[in-house]
Amino acid sequence: MRRSRFPLLVTVAVLLFFYLPILVLVVNSFNASRFGTTWQGWTLHWYARLTTERDIWDALRLTLEIAFVSTAASVVLGTTAALALHRFSSRVQRFHSALISVPLVMPEILMGISLLLFFAAIGLDLGLLTVILAHVTFSLSYVALVVLGRLEGFDDSLLEAARDLGAGRWYTARRVLLPLLAPGIAAGGLLAFTLSVDDFVITFFVAGPGTTTLPIRIYSMIKHGSPPLINALSTLLLLVTFLAVWLSQRLATRRT
Amino acid sequence: MTSGQPAPEERRRLNEWLLTAPSLLWLAVLVLVPTAIVFVIAFKPPDIDGGIGAGWTVATLRSLARSSYARIAWRTLYLSFLTTAGCMLLAVPTGYFIARVDRAWRQSLLLLVVIPFWTSFLIRIFAWKVLLHPDGPVKAALAWLGLVPPNAGLLYNAGAVLLVMIYTSLPFAILPVYAAAEKLDYTLVEAARDLGATPLGAFFRVFVPGISRGLVAATLLVFIPSLGSYIIPDLVGSPSSEMLGNVIAQRVFVERNLPHASALAAVLTVAVLAPMLAVLLLRRNGEVGAAQSRGPL
Repeated sequence: MRRSRFPLLVTVAVLLFFYLPILVLVVNSFNASRFGTTWQGWTLHWYARLTTERDIWDALRLTLEIAFVSTAASVVLGTTAALALHRFSSRVQRFHSALISVPLVMPEILMGISLLLFFAAIGLDLGLLTVILAHVTFSLSYVALVVLGRLEGFDDSLLEAARDLGAGRWYTARRVLLPLLAPGIAAGGLLAFTLSVDDFVITFFVAGPGTTTLPIRIYSMIKHGSPPLINALSTLLLLVTFLAVWLSQRLATRRT
Repeated sequence: MTSGQPAPEERRRLNEWLLTAPSLLWLAVLVLVPTAIVFVIAFKPPDIDGGIGAGWTVATLRSLARSSYARIAWRTLYLSFLTTAGCMLLAVPTGYFIARVDRAWRQSLLLLVVIPFWTSFLIRIFAWKVLLHPDGPVKAALAWLGLVPPNAGLLYNAGAVLLVMIYTSLPFAILPVYAAAEKLDYTLVEAARDLGATPLGAFFRVFVPGISRGLVAATLLVFIPSLGSYIIPDLVGSPSSEMLGNVIAQRVFVERNLPHASALAAVLTVAVLAPMLAVLLLRRNGEVGAAQSRGPL
């Protein structure tokens, strides 16, 4: 039977739609033109300028600090959540599972405003702590989802075998379960880290005036700053993103 | 009982509690309580320095009856609806194509769909701001083709908002459609064709019902976050394409009136919950209906 070419054409169009804007951005970051609208020759000027922008590097350091702390916490909470959801099927777990999916579907602005109101109501000052609390909250759901996916293809008889051979409960968890889960946990952690580094809306609501993360800095640059600088910064960030995707793909496909 | 060891049942319950409590309590305190608080603070008066005042009032809720809000709520709904429709129109053929293509291609195509999801949201919006700029390439191309007048503005209107909303949401539509299309048994489609169904007939009567769960998931994953859009209308829209999210942000950051922002957020929360509950109810009825239609056999 002859297949229609229509799906192929739409897919090609969708991929062009996805990548053309990004490509234009990357090419423009090497454009000597100040406004980036006409081509005036290749330059690395904007990358050189970037190195002298202290604000950006301060924002980056803060963003990475927040991401490390929130990733560590969300990996622990997300992994225990996934283990609970995988191993037990009580009424509590149905509620647990529903609760975990809330941050995945809730519009970011609702999460931002509700956390802001919550912190205001309990009298917690906005700052580093409130940002980290917010980041852990949305990251842990993604970690739980990724680890749960890994557990679904998991052979529980391996744990039984270890127990039958006389391994203790804690020993089995540490020497059998954790190594087998490690790629899933690492992939979940990588996703949590990326989401934390990327998040603008929720952070903007709960950050308060002193906590300028990189996305908040980029937002104000988009509003008031110089476009070629944003192009150069974006290109560097895209590079990091592609690296992260590549790493997570390797982790996801690695068989144990 | 002489044994010091707890019974297996007790032990199991303890294990479950130890694994469940951390995430359950965390989410209860930082998701459930804040969501409930949104509905409480809507009844509080603001105080002068941007905080929450004492006592109770319904003045804030009354002020939601302003006609400008109805217009913005309506715009939020229809832009979200158009975004969903646009995403689905593109996602169904793309998801189908990726599901049916050779394995070697499939992995690369999936990767290409996933990468935008990992890429900074702000950067993707900024890329469109550059593209649609009055001196940018898209404008130049359209003007050269004679499709727009040379002085037309492509940015800062509802069309630009819609375009960028579709752009950022599309991966969330393609992935569930693909996941459902990949599991479908295509011999059913061939059987329909052999029995004389036209390609379109087979598409609508076999393929679409076959991937209905994926379609519902994709619709929700695009529609619900769209309702809360805020940065896209903020960066590529104008006051005449404002959405509910923009008004919430203005109440927080410009007017510093938290109770007012809270009341608007409560409206948005209800708007978000409604489609989810509708799907849950339909699904339950659908399952009951399917069970009944099997009849006495």
